[in-house]
Amino acid sequence: MPELVRVAVTVNGRAYERAVEPRLLLVHLLRDELGLTGTHVGCDTSTCGACTVRLDGETVKSCTIFAFGADGREVQTIEGLARDGDLHPLQRAFHEEHGLQCGYCTPGMIMAATAILERLPEPTDDEIREGLEGNLCRCTGYQNIVAAVRAAARMEARA
Amino acid sequence: MLLREVAYARPRTLEAAVRLLGEHEDARALAGGQSLTNAMKQRVGSPAVLVDLAELAELRRIDRAADGSLELGAMATYAQIVLSPEVSSTHPILAEVAHQIADVQVRNRGTIGGNVCWNDPTNHFPPLLAALEARMTITGPNGEREVGYDEFFVGVFMTAAGPGELLTKITVPAPGACGSAFASVPIGKDGTCIVNAAACVDGGAPRIAIGCVAGVPERATGMEQALAGGDLSPERVREAARGLGQALDPPSDVHASAEYRRHLAEVLAVRATLQAAGRAA
Ligand SMILES: Cc1cc2nc3c(=O)[nH]c(=O)nc-3n(C[C@H](O)[C@H](O)[C@H](O)COP(=O)(O)OP(=O)(O)OC[C@H]3O[C@@H](n4cnc5c(N)ncnc54)[C@H](O)[C@@H]3O)c2cc1C
Ligand code: FES
Ligand code: FES
Repeated sequence: MPELVRVAVTVNGRAYERAVEPRLLLVHLLRDELGLTGTHVGCDTSTCGACTVRLDGETVKSCTIFAFGADGREVQTIEGLARDGDLHPLQRAFHEEHGLQCGYCTPGMIMAATAILERLPEPTDDEIREGLEGNLCRCTGYQNIVAAVRAAARMEARA
Repeated sequence: MLLREVAYARPRTLEAAVRLLGEHEDARALAGGQSLTNAMKQRVGSPAVLVDLAELAELRRIDRAADGSLELGAMATYAQIVLSPEVSSTHPILAEVAHQIADVQVRNRGTIGGNVCWNDPTNHFPPLLAALEARMTITGPNGEREVGYDEFFVGVFMTAAGPGELLTKITVPAPGACGSAFASVPIGKDGTCIVNAAACVDGGAPRIAIGCVAGVPERATGMEQALAGGDLSPERVREAARGLGQALDPPSDVHASAEYRRHLAEVLAVRATLQAAGRAA
């Protein structure tokens, strides 16, 4: 068996170190080794975006990145958004605007949306849709997802 | 998904990377992983060793050479190309096309070097770099060499960068007064192309390349010659494109028949050429 590799990674502000098989994908490091099951696997082909996390701030599809690719870097997942039990504005907005039905795509949608709002505090609908191009939803038809991102932008502007 | 077992190396220097690729039979360079990881999941590729290029910062550089050409490190990501002031000042077409690839997450990871080394016939960059007459720098155990795009693209998923070699740099000549454009019919917005065409127009003959119709980007030489010298009126460009499709032998698949691809090749060659002409200084 190939040698294990040491991965030292900070996830949601907490440092972890694991020796993993090189073939392990980042999403499985998060879910199976660290118990952070909020990040979902949908297509497993880098298409649907359910596995989206932030790696040193960049949104990436964690099913298409090796765990070793996160060594020495910072990862943020859906579990890292709430503060002291208060939901993140995007989480609240998805709830209030019915931005989800089954919820499978939601963690990825919200992580992708965090990157949109950081870059564009007042995004247009077109900018929201373009920022979510890599995230598929089989339930909602996207209308309420876009509305939720818009609503979160308004909440953040008021805060 | 659990992949086949694979060993891993993360070299700190280009020399070490080349050495590792040479030492192991069936070693593969890992760039953005946006194609290779998926190929490994499908078991169509199962390298024994992954040589991760992530630490080679020199391969991420985008520089201007003394003669005005643009030098893109193989590991420059699409996102980096979209945002690069160096790119937008002389070769905005590279940013325009990089921005059309897939989605934000894929653009944050995928690299221009991986795009051309993978040489999927539906990829965006091969035809564009053919129209721009880019040159590729390849480093291997015997040192460095530079090849033209026509020598670089060899066939479906095959390039001149052989086993044990790395593409390090793509050099795009200074544009001069050249205007460039890219036209495509994709499967959904920013999706995989069914056919695409790139054109580059300056005083002389336009350079036109068609993608998705063969294992390598096809230069539309007949159309180029017909348009050498003289104006690029819509009538003349359309006339020059006539018969272009019949000279091609594109594949048929679920997205389009060969006949429809031939038709699109003509339509898109015209569209790209006219837009490029409009942009020429
Ligand atoms: C959902 C999705 C949609 C996509 N749609 C498109 C599209 O419409 N158009 C398009 O153009 N692309 C598309 N892509 C592919 C994407 O552009 C890939 O990024 C690209 O094909 C490979 O680049 P990479 O950096 O990810 O390389 P990797 O996947 O890491 O590597 C690809 C291959 O190139 C080799 N390689 C990489 N770098 C070097 C180097 N410097 N020297 C030698 N060999 C090297 C690797 O060994 C491997 O064989 C899509 C990808 C996804 C996931
Ligand atoms: S599970 Fe990663 S993109 Fe679908
Ligand atoms: S809410 Fe079910 S997939 Fe999006």
